[in-house]
Amino acid sequence: MTERMAVELDGVVKRFGAVTAVDGVSLAIRPGEVVALLGPNGAGKTSTVDMVLGLSEPSQGSVRVYGRAPREAVALGLVSAVMQSGGLLKDYTVGETVRLTAVLFGRPRERVEAVLERAGIADIRDRLVGKCSGGQQQRLRFAMALLPDPELLILDEPTTGMDVSGRHDFWSAIREDARSGRTVIFATHYLEEADAYADRVVFVRRGRVVADGTAAEVKALASGRTVRATLPGAVEQEAALRAMAGVDSVEVRGDSVLVHAKDTDEVARYLLTRTAARDLEIVARNLEQAFIALTSDEVTA
Amino acid sequence: MTTVVERSLPRWGGFSLGMIGLELRRMVRNRRTVVFTVVMPPVFYLLFGSSASYRSERLDGGGNVAGYVLVSMAVYGAMLATTSGGAMVSVERAAGWSRQLRLTPLLPGAYIAVKLVLAMIVGAVSVLVALVVGAFTGAELPAAAWVECGLLAWVCALVFAAFGLFMGYLLPSENVLQILGPVLAVLSFAGGLFVPVDQLGSTFARIAAFTPVYGVGQIARYPLTHEGNLWLAALSVVVWTAVFSVGAMWRFRRDTARV
Repeated sequence: MTERMAVELDGVVKRFGAVTAVDGVSLAIRPGEVVALLGPNGAGKTSTVDMVLGLSEPSQGSVRVYGRAPREAVALGLVSAVMQSGGLLKDYTVGETVRLTAVLFGRPRERVEAVLERAGIADIRDRLVGKCSGGQQQRLRFAMALLPDPELLILDEPTTGMDVSGRHDFWSAIREDARSGRTVIFATHYLEEADAYADRVVFVRRGRVVADGTAAEVKALASGRTVRATLPGAVEQEAALRAMAGVDSVEVRGDSVLVHAKDTDEVARYLLTRTAARDLEIVARNLEQAFIALTSDEVTA
Repeated sequence: MTTVVERSLPRWGGFSLGMIGLELRRMVRNRRTVVFTVVMPPVFYLLFGSSASYRSERLDGGGNVAGYVLVSMAVYGAMLATTSGGAMVSVERAAGWSRQLRLTPLLPGAYIAVKLVLAMIVGAVSVLVALVVGAFTGAELPAAAWVECGLLAWVCALVFAAFGLFMGYLLPSENVLQILGPVLAVLSFAGGLFVPVDQLGSTFARIAAFTPVYGVGQIARYPLTHEGNLWLAALSVVVWTAVFSVGAMWRFRRDTARV
C-alpha cells in the first residue's frame, strides 16, 4: 500500500436477520476526499456509516479507519459524525452539551469556544437544546463532531428537515471546514448536494456500489453523455460512429449529428480529428437523471 | 491536516468529575426529579409520621415513633432517588443520547459508573433532607442512630440504583418514572416502609420478607430497633442487588449489541 487510506471497506456485508442491508461493499477513501454516499432510502447508506463508526459490526468483511478498528478510531477522535437526528438531550444547554463532549475527549475549555464559534452557535450557548430549532440542533451536532478535530468527518443525511437557508448555511460551514484538508463522507439522497459538494460520488443501491467516480463520471456512467456537432454530410459518418466502442445510439438531423455514448471523449476526438465536424458540444445529463437511470430497474425488476 | 493533534484515550474510560458535575446540573434542572426524590419523602413524613401521638410515643431503644417513620421515609426517598438516577438511561436511550455517547471515548462501563455515582449523590441528598426536616419537626432518635440509620438507608439504596438501571434498559419509555413511581410505592408497602408488615397478618409478613424493600428497611432501622434478623436482611439486600445487576447487565449487553 502506498498511502494510508482514510477508510477501507473490504467485502463488507451486513445482515439483519433475513434482510441484507449491505451486500459486499469494497471501498477505499483517501485522506482529503469529500465523498458523497448517494442512494435512495434503504440503500444501505446508514448501515454502512454505522459500521465505519463502529456502531455496528459487519456480518462479513472488514472495516478499517486510518488503519485502525472503527471503535478505536472513534475513541481517539480520528473520526466523528453528525447523525441524522436524535443524539441530543433537551435539558442540556448548547454550551453544556459541547462541554460534556470536551470532557469526554479530554480536550481543553478553549476547544469548546473554538467549535461553538466555528459552528456558528456561540451566541446561543446558554439556550436549552430543547428550545433550539432543527437547524441549530444540527449545528450543535456539527460542533460536537468538530470537537476532537477529527481527520474524518461523517455526515449522515445531515440536512434532513432543514429549510433551504438552513441547508445553505450548513453546507457553507462544512465547505469552509473541508478546506483544512479534512476527509468528509456524507450520506444523502439529495442529488444536488452530492453534485454540488462532493469530489467523488459513490452510488449505492440495495446494499451494493453501483457507480463510483466524480459526479461527472458517475453521470456519464449512468446514462452516458451526448455529443452534438455540426457535420456536413453526417449520414456518411453514421455507420463509422455507430461502430465505435461505447456508442449507444447515433442520430442524424440534417447537418448535425447527436451521438449518445458512454465514452464521449473518444467520439469527440474522432469527430474533430477524422471528420469536418465543428461546433462540437458534450452535454451531460444531470445527476437527477443519472439517479433515475441507475435506480429505474428497481421498478421493473 | 496542518496541525498535529495529540490523540490519546481518556483515563478511566471517560469516567470523570467533569461529567458527573454536568450530569448533576442537568438532573437538578429537572423539577419533576427534584420533587420526586427530595421533596416528596419529607412531605410524606410530615403527613403521616409527625402527628402528636407519634411524637409522644416512645420506642424501647430510644427515640419516638415519628423517628421510626422518618427513617422509613428516608429509605423511601433514597430508593426513589437512586431508582430515578438509574432510570435516567431510559430517557437517554429514547433520545438517542446513548448512541451519541458511543461516538466518544466513553466506555459503557464508565457510563454505568457515572450513573451509579449520580444515583448515590442524589440518594444522599434525599436522605439528608429527610433527616434534617425530621429533626426540626419532632422526630427523635438516639444520637448515633441519626448517623447510622442515615448511612445504612443510603448505602442499601444501591439496590435500587441497580433496579433503576435494569428498568431503564428494560423499559423503552420516555416517562419511565411514571411507571416506576407506583411500582416503588407498592414495593415500599410490601416491604413494610409505610406500615410495619406484622400489622398486616402473618401470611403477608412472610411474603413481605421476600420483596426487595424489606431487607433495606430492616437494616436501616436496625440501629433504632435492634429488631429482626440482620443476617437475613443483609442476604435479602445482597440477593436483590445481584438480581437487578444481572438483569441490568443482560439488557445492557443487548443494548450495546443492537445500537
